[in-house]
Amino acid sequence: MSDTHILLAHGSGGTRMHALIRDLFLPAFDNPYLRQGNDQALFETPSGRIAFTTDSYVVQPVIFPGGSIGELAVHGTINDLAVGGARPLGLSVGMILEEGLEMSLLEDIVRRMKAASEEAGVPIVTGDTKVVERGSCDKIFINTSGVGIVPEGVNIDGAAARQGDAVIISGSIGDHGVAVMSERRGVQFSTPVVSDTQPLHKLVRRMLGVTKDIHVMRDPTRGGVATTLNEIAGQSRVGIEIDEEALPVSDEVNGACDLLGLDPLYLANEGKLIAILPDEHAESVLDAMRATPEGAGACRIGRVVEDRPGIVRMNTGIGGSRIVNVLSGEMLPRIC
Amino acid sequence: MSLLASFRDSARAKPILERIRARSGGPASIMEFCGGHTVAIFRSGIRSVMPGRVRMLSGPGCPVCVTSNADLDRAAALAKLPGVILATYGDMLKVPGSHESLAEVKAQGYPVEVVYSTLDALKLAAAHPDREIVFFGIGFETTAPAAAAAVLQAEAKKLRNFSLCSVMKLTIPGAKALLSMGEVNVDGVIGPGHVASIIGADAWRFLPDEHGIPVAISGFEPLDLLAATDAILGMIDDGAPDLVNTYSRIVRPEGNRKAWGAVERVFELRGASWRGFGDIPASGLALREEFAAFDADRRFPLDIPPSEEHPACRCGEVLRGVAEPTDCTAFGTACTPEHPLGPCMVSSEGSCAAYYHYKRQAV
Repeated sequence: MSDTHILLAHGSGGTRMHALIRDLFLPAFDNPYLRQGNDQALFETPSGRIAFTTDSYVVQPVIFPGGSIGELAVHGTINDLAVGGARPLGLSVGMILEEGLEMSLLEDIVRRMKAASEEAGVPIVTGDTKVVERGSCDKIFINTSGVGIVPEGVNIDGAAARQGDAVIISGSIGDHGVAVMSERRGVQFSTPVVSDTQPLHKLVRRMLGVTKDIHVMRDPTRGGVATTLNEIAGQSRVGIEIDEEALPVSDEVNGACDLLGLDPLYLANEGKLIAILPDEHAESVLDAMRATPEGAGACRIGRVVEDRPGIVRMNTGIGGSRIVNVLSGEMLPRIC
Repeated sequence: MSLLASFRDSARAKPILERIRARSGGPASIMEFCGGHTVAIFRSGIRSVMPGRVRMLSGPGCPVCVTSNADLDRAAALAKLPGVILATYGDMLKVPGSHESLAEVKAQGYPVEVVYSTLDALKLAAAHPDREIVFFGIGFETTAPAAAAAVLQAEAKKLRNFSLCSVMKLTIPGAKALLSMGEVNVDGVIGPGHVASIIGADAWRFLPDEHGIPVAISGFEPLDLLAATDAILGMIDDGAPDLVNTYSRIVRPEGNRKAWGAVERVFELRGASWRGFGDIPASGLALREEFAAFDADRRFPLDIPPSEEHPACRCGEVLRGVAEPTDCTAFGTACTPEHPLGPCMVSSEGSCAAYYHYKRQAV
């Protein structure tokens, strides 16, 4: 491609836009649905209910340790489908590009999206590109939507947590938030913390293979574990109790949080899930999770209790107890 | 186990807690002066494990919280001056002044930039030579050396478009003012570790010597705070008030002479207005005459209308330790982190914020 930067003409509907699509997007995301060349992708659906989700990505910086806006856009939407128990069928990608964006950066992001989509086995089946004047967006914003199929017998619902259920998490928390924040603030650590961005649908499939009786599943992205658990406690009208010492937080994330004044409980994760399920299934599901790379660090972090519906409490390391509130205001700038 | 984890270790906490519970003295009110301690105490649930005899009080040691509305109004007015960019720590943004917060000023289109250090403000000045960068300098002895360093660097680099609006305050005069008011009974004090790392543990010796109040300088991890509390209770029960430094891995008796030397070179003492206390003589830091070129007060004299306080806000009493946040009828209803009436609800070191986040019962 001869242009070194994105021009307004790349979004005008004319020859430059067609060249961008023909030379960059189509070869990268190539699949039978895209090759249909229509205004929409058509695909056969197996039986079950359709799950549909959308998310927009505005992270700054667009490249950070362990990933970029490209991986986030692919993984984030796959994960929103996955935690509903859905098997993702395909994604749409809408890109809003700022006039003047370096073409090499766009190519890098597209390459990363291609790799993420291929690795996940979830095709990008339709897309759109717009270019806005310099200053009207920050380099690149990406929206992805996704559809998936929820198999029969799977009924995952934020309102379904029951007293006595176990609360489990698929791995360490806070890595994405620290990776982005340390990059933003120009802080470097001797052991760099990298984003945990990864697709979770294969992990979810393994979990549902053990039991379909999973009550709630969420990926604790913006607002972190604390906010996600509060949402569930509110929706299900139950209390949730977690144990500080059980929370998986790496030494690096703990140290970075102390330095930057952050709390891992409120930091975004982009490749972790929280599941709430009957206690009798917890160990077998955890065993299945630990056998996968995505769930290698899976563990129990707490339980659903009857008292104080809507409230999340934490048993602290020293044997005390406190409330875990939702994130209020914006602790962090754009992180996803 | 990492060094950090060892200060949060339940196995190590247990024997200290047992010792605290085994002590058999009478009621003891222990105040932490530092807002960082307030948050650490709530986060780790320390209040919930204390025996009934121990009452823990939060003091005035949150620099955002003690900043007066008059000073906040001045910062807002500075941000609105043509050609000025106001640089501030993010914590100040949401604090309501008499009429508006800096976040609201920013939303109106005035340039308010959040910086993470004073040196970031210097970078802003270098990047915008056609603008005046005014740094809103809040804080106690802990942040004063960074402000002094910024002024010294600006001078060395001849950055003439950088100035400091100093509302920095000193904790010792603040603590003395609190005790002299006699409103609140304090049997022991958890001394501020970060402040002491600069001015030295010995600066707090006036508490046992002049007031008969035991003090333990403490770090910010759960075990630090438990060890300090244990030491304070021991001194109370023995009737032997003294100064104990339980944060000796950071704090030296004489402090950090080099850092404080920079502060003394750049600043001189002046009276300062504290929320909840009013004017406290010789409790603030003003730029010396020699650094007048970097003094926003001298360079941008402003006529600010008298400040106003929200009638329902009890931050002043909370800061003096005479009211608990939950004593305030606005707490959690009219006053929340999203819609604060006063700074204690929005500062990350504020007592009301700590209560709201960690202790609030179902509202």
